[in-house]
Amino acid sequence: MKTHKTKRATKAPAKSRPPQPRAKYILRLFVAGATDRSRQAVLRVRQLCEAELKGGCDLKVIDIYQQPKLARANQIVATPTLIIKFPPPLRRVIGNLANITGLFLELDLTTKGKITL
Amino acid sequence: MKINGHKPTAPATRLPKCPTGIQGLDEITGGGLPRGRPTLICGGAGCGKTLLAAEFLVRGAVQFDEPGVLMAFEETEKELTANVAALGFDLAGLVRRKKIVVDYVHIERSEVQASGEYDLEGLFVRLGHAIDSIGAKRVVLDTLEVLFASLPNEAILRSELRRLFRWLKEKGVTAVITAERGRESLTRHGLEEYVSDCVIVLDHRVNDQIATRYLRVVKYRGALHGTNEFPFLIGDTGLSVLPITSLALNHKVTNERIATGIPRLDAMLGGRGFFRGSSILLTGTAGTGKTIISSNFANAAARRGERVLFFSFEESPNQIIRNMHSIGLRLEPLVKRSLLKFHSARPSLCGLEMHLATMFKEIAAFQPHVVIVDPVTSLMELGAAPEGKGMVTRLIDYLKAGQTTSLFTSLTHGGHVLQQSEGGMSSLMDSWILLQDFEGNGERNRVLYVLKARGMKHSNQIREFLISDHGIDVVDAYIGASGVLTGSARVAQGDLEKAAVLSSQQEAAQLEREVERKRKALERQISDLRSDYEGEALELRRIAEQVGTRTLLLGTERAASGILRQADAKVTARTRVRSS
Repeated sequence: MKTHKTKRATKAPAKSRPPQPRAKYILRLFVAGATDRSRQAVLRVRQLCEAELKGGCDLKVIDIYQQPKLARANQIVATPTLIIKFPPPLRRVIGNLANITGLFLELDLTTKGKITL
Repeated sequence: MKINGHKPTAPATRLPKCPTGIQGLDEITGGGLPRGRPTLICGGAGCGKTLLAAEFLVRGAVQFDEPGVLMAFEETEKELTANVAALGFDLAGLVRRKKIVVDYVHIERSEVQASGEYDLEGLFVRLGHAIDSIGAKRVVLDTLEVLFASLPNEAILRSELRRLFRWLKEKGVTAVITAERGRESLTRHGLEEYVSDCVIVLDHRVNDQIATRYLRVVKYRGALHGTNEFPFLIGDTGLSVLPITSLALNHKVTNERIATGIPRLDAMLGGRGFFRGSSILLTGTAGTGKTIISSNFANAAARRGERVLFFSFEESPNQIIRNMHSIGLRLEPLVKRSLLKFHSARPSLCGLEMHLATMFKEIAAFQPHVVIVDPVTSLMELGAAPEGKGMVTRLIDYLKAGQTTSLFTSLTHGGHVLQQSEGGMSSLMDSWILLQDFEGNGERNRVLYVLKARGMKHSNQIREFLISDHGIDVVDAYIGASGVLTGSARVAQGDLEKAAVLSSQQEAAQLEREVERKRKALERQISDLRSDYEGEALELRRIAEQVGTRTLLLGTERAASGILRQADAKVTARTRVRSS
């Protein structure tokens, strides 16, 4: 617990201040084509953004079929992959995001949101 | 022509092969990996999986004009470039020239959260993009199994991998997939289930403190392949797998003979020396002159303008050159003219396989006419006996295929077991010359004889050979009732014989004289006798005359008195007879 706290304390002032006025969350969802799985993932991310993060999401959905170079640049192996670029640390959520409620709560994003608010 | 019409046609179903360009591997697999199919290479840590895969890719791009994609899960492009640079491959250059694409796939397990179903379309897209960008024909997936550690839900992963291999086949690329070796199965995660066309297992074992890497083709669907475990090494020009040739006995042969450099030894070998391309064994105990005879052979060949490669496992090149100088052989000009090349190494430097692989490499690079291995026993001692023999068989085989004459010296210990101990190797050899020590009279002398020489008349004689300032002289050893005599005993025996001849000559002359003397004595005796006889005969004749005269006189007297006495005539007659 203690280490967790100190880590946050050192990182927060350096990185979290500049983007504060803009989006609070930067999310990238990589999908492969318009499959059911892709659609489910997109829907679920949008829902979560609304429900758990109360807006303030910079969400981009990228189809790797259209932009294969981005798949390499972002080290995408599995699809769908949701990359949470901000706030740090970087996280990847693999899968269609189904069957999981309170994902972002679990990821400690909302708590962080509350603190920054 | 009609005959051509009956020529057996190649079966249409034969698998197309994709040459790896790796020395020896293409021979074992009969031409390379199955084209357009995935091949699994598994093995433990540090046995060369990644290097084999990388070499397959690089050689494909460089030698066969087949661009390739390397998908690395364990090492970054930088690390890989550095690693293969040690083998003389310029990976970065190939990447720049768009011959190879390296894609480093990295998944940080701590970053990943699982949430529901997924697929590996990301990997497919990256791979597909890389293949299409350079028109790749070859693909390497270096340790795909990393995915098992970094991605959740093994069931999904397995079905995705199955799809990946199918997809690779559909793409028509020749793929090499590396995998860690498992405890009970070939691979830790059972990848061999999905890759069923060709499986190669690499191993790295330590025997007697010497580590050797081995390669075995476990499975090659639809093709014949060598099933043995073949040693291989990672050298400065990449991998090389032994054997370099197949083990069939179908070398070309020649009737050409080459001189040994010792005229008298040539004479013992039917007058013309060894056959070109034959294998020669020279056995002897320590100090019997094996290196000297080999050097003579090397010298003779090099002076004929042939290239000679001399593998020495006991002496350094300079030492041999110096030592041979003492018997009048000047080898350094030959070395300078690149006709003679030495390769010296300590036997314990590395394993037998490594030595042999190095030798194969040297031979392939130098293309010698004559190869000398001095002594081969140092090598054989490194491996287990059958293993060592197998290795030497391969070496001889390889040399014979190239019509290279090979001379192996073999160091034996002790006297009588020597022929037995060589029994294993001798069957591989065409000619076998035995060098031996003869001890006696406080000295040690060297003899040699031809134990066997396939396909040529050869002498059955034991010959002594002398090493002097001007080289080797082979002389007749003295063989008599008292055995084989050599050295000073031979010289002494020669003197004795000379003396014996002389004395018998003298004896004969004396006898001759004796006969003459006897004859003369006899003649003298005869003449004496004759003169005696003549004297006596004369005397006797004189007496006889006297007697005759007296009888005559007596008769006359009687007749006169008879007339006087009127005696009977008969009585007169009897008396006449008695007196005569």
